Amino acid sequence: MSLSRVIHTIAGLLILLVSAPAFAQLDPSGEWAPRFHEDQPERIPGPEIGDYLGLPINDAARMRGDIWDASLLTLPEHQCKPHPADYGPRGPANLRIWKEVDRDSQQLIAYHTHISWQAPERTIWMNGRPHPPEYAAHTWQGFSTGKWEGDVLTVYTTHLKIGWIRRNGIPRSDKATLTEHWVRHDDLLTLVSIVTDPAYLTEPFIRTTDWVLDPRQVIAPYPCEPVTEVVRAPGVVPHHLPGTNTFLGEFPAKYKIPSAAARGGAETMYPEYQQTLAKAAK
Amino acid sequence: MRGALLLTLAAVAYAQPDQKAGGSEIHVLPVQGNIYMVVGDGGNITLQVGKEGVLLVDTGLAQMSDQLLAAIRKVTDKPIRYIINTHVHADHTGGNEKIAKAGITITGGNVAGNISDAGEGAAVLAHQTVLNRMSAAPTANQPAVPFGALPTDTYITDEKSMFFNGEGIQIIHQPAAHTDGDSIVFFRRSDVVSAGDIFVPSSYPIIDLQRGGSIQGIINGLNRLIEMTIPAEKQEGGTYVIPGHGRLCDQADVVEYRDMATIIRDRIQDMIKKGMTLEQVKAAKPTRDFDPEYGATTGFWTTDMFVEAVYRSLSQKK
Repeated sequence: MSLSRVIHTIAGLLILLVSAPAFAQLDPSGEWAPRFHEDQPERIPGPEIGDYLGLPINDAARMRGDIWDASLLTLPEHQCKPHPADYGPRGPANLRIWKEVDRDSQQLIAYHTHISWQAPERTIWMNGRPHPPEYAAHTWQGFSTGKWEGDVLTVYTTHLKIGWIRRNGIPRSDKATLTEHWVRHDDLLTLVSIVTDPAYLTEPFIRTTDWVLDPRQVIAPYPCEPVTEVVRAPGVVPHHLPGTNTFLGEFPAKYKIPSAAARGGAETMYPEYQQTLAKAAK
Repeated sequence: MRGALLLTLAAVAYAQPDQKAGGSEIHVLPVQGNIYMVVGDGGNITLQVGKEGVLLVDTGLAQMSDQLLAAIRKVTDKPIRYIINTHVHADHTGGNEKIAKAGITITGGNVAGNISDAGEGAAVLAHQTVLNRMSAAPTANQPAVPFGALPTDTYITDEKSMFFNGEGIQIIHQPAAHTDGDSIVFFRRSDVVSAGDIFVPSSYPIIDLQRGGSIQGIINGLNRLIEMTIPAEKQEGGTYVIPGHGRLCDQADVVEYRDMATIIRDRIQDMIKKGMTLEQVKAAKPTRDFDPEYGATTGFWTTDMFVEAVYRSLSQKK
């Protein structure tokens, strides 16, 4: 065999090795319909004012919840905010996932997602690109990079705008990061979401969310145009002054939950907290 | 105590440059249209680049001037024609002398004929108050500013406009905000606003009471930014806002910051109405829920200084 033929053979083998998908991961692409069996009261009717159960929040976050007034959302500049990447999957989240591949190499460039409520679209870069510098703009969906860990798609997100971890005023800062594990089992899709926030969380906040494959799903458009819902003097920002929110006691009273538990904190995430409550009740 | 605060605020203008002085790099971030954001020690710098030349909003620290010039030359070889100062502080005007000297003013007619050096250096625009303060007699806290660093063109109206590099540029005076000489610069075609230190999302609002700043002026300025900006879709993108310090922002970021500033103003106003003293207000910690996002216990602008500035600003007789 001539030298040039050897070189061509080796080159051909290398091309085959590089271009052929050695192991195809379980592609999450498709139309996915949400399931709300987990945390339904919080996700569909929406959380009650003052319900901080199971949230690993600090005192500052608790106070932000206490002073939050839902009328804030009537301000035109607040009306069209989409849920950020860490909350979007929790809402009315009919989900579409599709992939973008390089035409020539057929290498995976990115996954894209679209969620029904407010129609946020997100890109999960799979081609190893670095995250932007801190001085770059933050967005509702942040900047996400993904990698396969076996059949689990692990996604890391930075550059999130200031957001919320519960829709009753509990904040999530723009210093937070999001780690996600997307797991597909045939026609089921599970998302394990982990929010780490040095500003408002004392421990990582972990949630799971599920979808079922629904090839017939059609997601309607979701245009949004702000309007004047309430005529106010310019510059008014609805909020409660500290200590004046009379609605905070309604949630524990309605569900006969100890007030201390309703205030949340990392300890309320764990089963052992029931023992704490039992001791307190004695 | 009041004396200590005044001394501290007096030092703000020229203390800011020292907070991170030395050794840092300059980064250039393309924003959109003709606009770049230049980030380094000192305040953010806005760069507008086109076929007619270069326009800068602010010039950063004096000691960063060579790096700034080098950064500009990586973007374009066009001449530096204009500098606009958003306010007086040296972390935004420190590079005026060197950067202006590297530029040119295009003159003609009587000007070119009668004033031999009229074409030397870029024009430096600012509100008249900026020139007044920069050219004031030196004090212990404010050294003399070199003549070559002073604004060459000023305005005393609510707004000044110009057309450069194919776009209209509005220079809008925001009274009694961060200082009494603040300008917001709006690049209309590029759809980018340079906010100066009216908007500093990396800290609580910086209020230089001694130079005419006020919390209400800051809030008014933030509301004006919200009126000027239009998000592209779903409260994102569209008009971008380059803050005085910190990352590139859009309207939604300004809204969050305006909400915080308004809520804290309302709380401290309520405490003043109840007759609480400054010490009592500080002890009540009226910012504690926002401190993880904006607070500081060290550095040139602490949470304590912010609360005191808001209290004094709201307590001043109208």
